[in-house]
Amino acid sequence: MAITPNPYKTTGLLGWIDDRFPLTKLWKDHLSEYYAPKNFNFWYFFGSLALLVLVNQLLTGIWLAMHYKPDAAQAWDSVEYIMRDVPWGNVLRYLHSTGASAFFIVVYMHMYRGILYGSHRKPRELIWIFGSLIFLVLMAEAFCGYVLPWGNMSYWGAQVIINLFGTVPFVGPDLVIWIQGDYIPSDATLNRLFSLHVVALPFVLVGLVVAHLIALHEVGSNNPDGVEIKKHKDPNTGIPLDGIPFHPYYTVKDIVGVGVFLIIFLGVVFFAPDGGGYLLEKPNFTPANPMSTPDHITPAWYFGAFYAMLRATPSFAGTQIWGVLVMFGAVALIFFLPWLDRSPVKSIRYKGPIFKIALALFTVSFVLLNYFGMQPPSALGTTISQIGTVVYFLFFLLMPFYTKIDKTKPVPERVTYEAH
Amino acid sequence: MKPTKAMLKNCLHTLLAAATLAIASPALAAGGHALPYAFEPDTGNTASVRRGAANFMNYCSGCHSMRHLRYGRLGQDLGIPENLLKANLMFTSDKVGDHILSAMPGEASKTWFGQQPPDLTLESRYRGPDWVYSYLMTFYVDPTRPLGTNNLVLPGASMPHVLWELQGLQVQSEAHAADGEAAAHGEAHGPQFELVSKGKLTPKEYEKFVADTVNFMTYAAEPGREHRVSVGIKVVLFLILFSVLAYFMKREWWKDVH
Repeated sequence: MAITPNPYKTTGLLGWIDDRFPLTKLWKDHLSEYYAPKNFNFWYFFGSLALLVLVNQLLTGIWLAMHYKPDAAQAWDSVEYIMRDVPWGNVLRYLHSTGASAFFIVVYMHMYRGILYGSHRKPRELIWIFGSLIFLVLMAEAFCGYVLPWGNMSYWGAQVIINLFGTVPFVGPDLVIWIQGDYIPSDATLNRLFSLHVVALPFVLVGLVVAHLIALHEVGSNNPDGVEIKKHKDPNTGIPLDGIPFHPYYTVKDIVGVGVFLIIFLGVVFFAPDGGGYLLEKPNFTPANPMSTPDHITPAWYFGAFYAMLRATPSFAGTQIWGVLVMFGAVALIFFLPWLDRSPVKSIRYKGPIFKIALALFTVSFVLLNYFGMQPPSALGTTISQIGTVVYFLFFLLMPFYTKIDKTKPVPERVTYEAH
Repeated sequence: MKPTKAMLKNCLHTLLAAATLAIASPALAAGGHALPYAFEPDTGNTASVRRGAANFMNYCSGCHSMRHLRYGRLGQDLGIPENLLKANLMFTSDKVGDHILSAMPGEASKTWFGQQPPDLTLESRYRGPDWVYSYLMTFYVDPTRPLGTNNLVLPGASMPHVLWELQGLQVQSEAHAADGEAAAHGEAHGPQFELVSKGKLTPKEYEKFVADTVNFMTYAAEPGREHRVSVGIKVVLFLILFSVLAYFMKREWWKDVH
């Protein structure tokens, strides 16, 4: 199919542009004539909120990088300089540090929505894959950013995470030195993490977000009923009967979501930026010190679950690599979700009791893992983390079986929606 | 309406998780151990912060720097005119743009105290105001220490009890000394110390002195705090209004969705 320039035959300045660049077409394809199901609920706010938080991180990040010094001798001081001498610098920093946590909350909710309503199922597998890649890159991005203030927790966090690569057989120790560019985390390490944090990873992240959205708009959005709105189109217009244009309907709706989200988000930014020591850790208010380890090294809260899995896995055959494999395996499994779910229905609304119990157990496990990942090691914590890890893995690995035998309810032809 | 129930349940899990985190945070913030004193700093009390600044400059700044805080910022935030600032608070510099640096020579101090006195700009954010308050309250006579005093929350502290002239000298009361660990973790109740020689200040006055000092140190750890809170109130009020209007706009548009 050849590209037709200016298919909408616009005139004037817009016509001049449309003859050369598909401005009207893009606007219509992605906003004013992108038909989304009309029955989106609460869970569907988190996609647009993720975009909002991404923009917040990019903008505040640009301004922070104007004042930050990626140098082990100056990094810490430059952060305090931003906090004190840069006009609105403290707000910029809190927007960025709180934004990192908000990003994970929003993304976790967004992913959970996918699991609830089967948004990963055919034909949306690639949307899910792009999303999983976004999650993976986001984790790398968050880790790099976490190290930059070069506080003592940054430093020891970097030390712990980079040393995970030391468990790789044969080349581990050399790999760690190669990654760090030194024998311990140092100026060289800080500089490369800065480069990744502000150039490479955001670049990849934005690219993946674009791919995620293109894939979404190609197949259309799923909805809480998990039925395809494209199956029932108006015979004259070809518009899905249960679809409404994204703009203005969902733009005005998402603006309400943005307002409520910002009340909570900016409430934290302005009134509790430390987040009780979870958003900005106390040990990070003292500069990096290779000679003094914090009382207990905890990861950022959003890595808690994965860190708990790492710690809960016992060493075996003289190596710690199993914990690392379990941790990365837990992230890798997410990618396979579209093919693990064999249920004939997509949405939890029509799934049977087995799936609901499995999801409830998974949810409780994930929350407990997250909690115990942030606590100092304890016998009880380890046991619960081990059980949680097993439940997490079984939720995915047994899914092909339990979703197949589970009783499902009949799925309606059209979406369920009550006007209000 | 079963599906909605399942959805609610899932919502509930998420909320429960958030609640667990919220409940767990204060306990964790204290570093796992309860401190002998709890102290809620009030950086909005400018008079107290100003007195605390004077306390710090007179009793602490000889050894401890606040190298991230400028004299000028201090004067500006606390409403101290430049001439008073220079006369009363600036002992090592006459430039208001300078950072607050101690006169203590770094290398020599290491031989004197075993370590260089740490910079205190962020001490209150690093250890917590509770900790700083407890630290300044709990120096006691301990003949086994080279400088004659020890500290309850930082056992083996290299710092002598600089404020002894004000507080006087106290000893651990026998019951508490016997309790050992339990007392150190604040699990024992009642007075832990007995004053053996009176200081210039009464115990009440000394408490106030320490409170002022910790208020100042909390201010110094984050000078932008008061400003961000006052801006935050306006921002949130605006957002509430904005969200209400946005909601009505949404309802208006969605009237034709059936």
